Amino acid sequence: MANGKNENAKDQYSATDAFELALEETDARYVLRLYVTGMTPRSQKAIENIKEISEEHLAGRYDLEVIDIYQQPERAQEAQVVATPTLIKQLPLPLRKLIGDMSDKERVLVGLGIQQKE
Amino acid sequence: MRDTEQSRGPARIELPKSPTGIRGLDEITLGGLPRGRTSLVVGKAGSGKTLLGMEFLVHGALDFGEPGVFISFEETPGDLVENVASLGYDLNDLQERNLLAIDHVEVSRSDIIETGEFDLEALFIRLNYAIDSIGAKRIVLDTIESLFSGIANTGILRAELRRLFFWLKDKGVTAVVTGESGGTTMTRHGLEEYISDCVILLDHRVDDQISTRRLRVVKYRGSVHGTNEYPFLIDEDGISVLPITSTGLSHTVTSERISSGVERLDAMLDGEGFYRGSTIMVAGTPGTGKSSFGASFVNAACLRGEKCLYFSFEESPDQILRNMRSIGIDLAPHIESGLLEIHSSRPTMYGLEMHLVMLLKQVQEKQPGVVVIDPLTDLIAIGSTKDVKVMLTRLIDYLKTNRITALFTHLVYTRKKMAPSDLAVSSLIDTLIQLLDIESTGERNRGLYVLKSRGMRHSNQIREYRITGGGIEFVDVYVGPAGMFMGTARLVQEAKERAEAEARRDEIASRQRELERERSIMEARIALLQNEFVSREGELQRMIEAESRRQRVIDADTRAIGELRKADASDDDKKIRTIREETEEKR
Repeated sequence: MANGKNENAKDQYSATDAFELALEETDARYVLRLYVTGMTPRSQKAIENIKEISEEHLAGRYDLEVIDIYQQPERAQEAQVVATPTLIKQLPLPLRKLIGDMSDKERVLVGLGIQQKE
Repeated sequence: MRDTEQSRGPARIELPKSPTGIRGLDEITLGGLPRGRTSLVVGKAGSGKTLLGMEFLVHGALDFGEPGVFISFEETPGDLVENVASLGYDLNDLQERNLLAIDHVEVSRSDIIETGEFDLEALFIRLNYAIDSIGAKRIVLDTIESLFSGIANTGILRAELRRLFFWLKDKGVTAVVTGESGGTTMTRHGLEEYISDCVILLDHRVDDQISTRRLRVVKYRGSVHGTNEYPFLIDEDGISVLPITSTGLSHTVTSERISSGVERLDAMLDGEGFYRGSTIMVAGTPGTGKSSFGASFVNAACLRGEKCLYFSFEESPDQILRNMRSIGIDLAPHIESGLLEIHSSRPTMYGLEMHLVMLLKQVQEKQPGVVVIDPLTDLIAIGSTKDVKVMLTRLIDYLKTNRITALFTHLVYTRKKMAPSDLAVSSLIDTLIQLLDIESTGERNRGLYVLKSRGMRHSNQIREYRITGGGIEFVDVYVGPAGMFMGTARLVQEAKERAEAEARRDEIASRQRELERERSIMEARIALLQNEFVSREGELQRMIEAESRRQRVIDADTRAIGELRKADASDDDKKIRTIREETEEKR
């Protein structure tokens, strides 16, 4: 195993870099579901924000599904969604629920596990 | 309920209500919860909020044709189904029949990260979805305050809750929202701020180690409601609140009379026994046979074919059966035929209210003609005088309204007069029979009198009774100048009286005999005198006759001499002669 090598790398790079490196190494795919209520300004804002963050940090290795629970109310029930917009990080585990319009980028990154809480 | 609303007058528009189907609660709220509005049910953990909500839905679905949605924020649907299965509600079945929808809303802060502006539209959509899927008319949100533990931004949350309650009203469903009691505010997060149509408070208190559940309607906008704290019970049939069906002393009465089961006691009560629907108390010191009177009464009622309930706080049903059999009252056949039910429980098992709730519940189910509580004292002992009176008033009101004749036995410890607390209760009683324990000449005897009996000319006599193998038997009490005699003293007195009477009779007889003798002496004397008289009379007669003969001889001689002397008789002589001759002839 390459554990020793990794630890040396950690010493040289910042924590974030090390984390991103680890992610690249595991090549984790992100399965994201965004539950919105129609095309309200808040829904649109959330969609824009999450797309931007995903493209920036998870380019090429994420699936984003946008679900309009007006159309599919039973899916809100299945996924235990209470607030809208809600982003559920299905994979990688652990499962995370992010509510709001995703305008607090810092917290979105923490929630997605891309960035660690400072 | 609609009918009664209308009967109050067409001018008044009553708030439309959704009956809960919970025994007693609909009476307190005069029909149920406000239809199409949101009611708040507040209580501590374990106070029965969830159950109340669930019963509201189940009764709505089964009894009133209103399907319902249960939104659980705490328990999972599986748990809910299990929890109420013990009450005989099959939620799975209701769900299959589209009478009930359960949605579990899981909120935990640990996995929720807030990233900006949000709303609770998803919750609204879920509620809407659940409501529309079965055409629900009722909804329960249990306990919506859980949202506060999952969502940190209380500003948004509060605004959204406010919107939610408006939305529910718009939707036209009758909603029940439960909330945990808080410290300074009624609910932990001040839900009462948003819900103001109807607030019901559930309480679970422990006084003197006896727990009592109580319910109070704190407010009910647009409707009158009972404002007291009402005790309620959760048992195998769910919630039942002690109802107050009567609003005052307005019950109609009957003049029908029913036997006390003791013939000569009936005789003391105007000859006909108790009034049907009256409340009777049999009070007495220990061992005076209170239970026997109760059993006699029950036995007579069962023989008439009436249903009876016997509540015992001292003896088990078996013990009662055995003991009553020993005095010739066999209650077993009545139990077998289903006419009689004996319920025994320890007075300390529940609080006073709980006992009365249980009692009323049994009465409602059985619909008996006669109820016996033996003894009432045990209930009084577990509550304060005031509580007892309030509770008993409710109980008696209920029984009277339903024309149930109630006999309470009451244990009195003092031999003289009843204690003040007893008197407080006694004012609710129509017929009060006092049993006495009379000690004299080294023995104890039982006596009885009717202290009061409303509406009849009852006897004022003290009667002695005996409890024999054939039941309760009355004996005439001997009241003499020296006081009242009972038992052996009475027998002694009676014997003494008999002896005296005998002696008097003897004396009269001997006097009569003496007189008889005197009479015969007298008669003998009379006969003697008569004989004497007769003989004297005869003697005189003989003298008269001799004299008249002699006269005749003399006359004849005189005439002869005169003829011889040729003398003529004087006129006088002729006259005398004529009279004499006439007299002679007469004789």
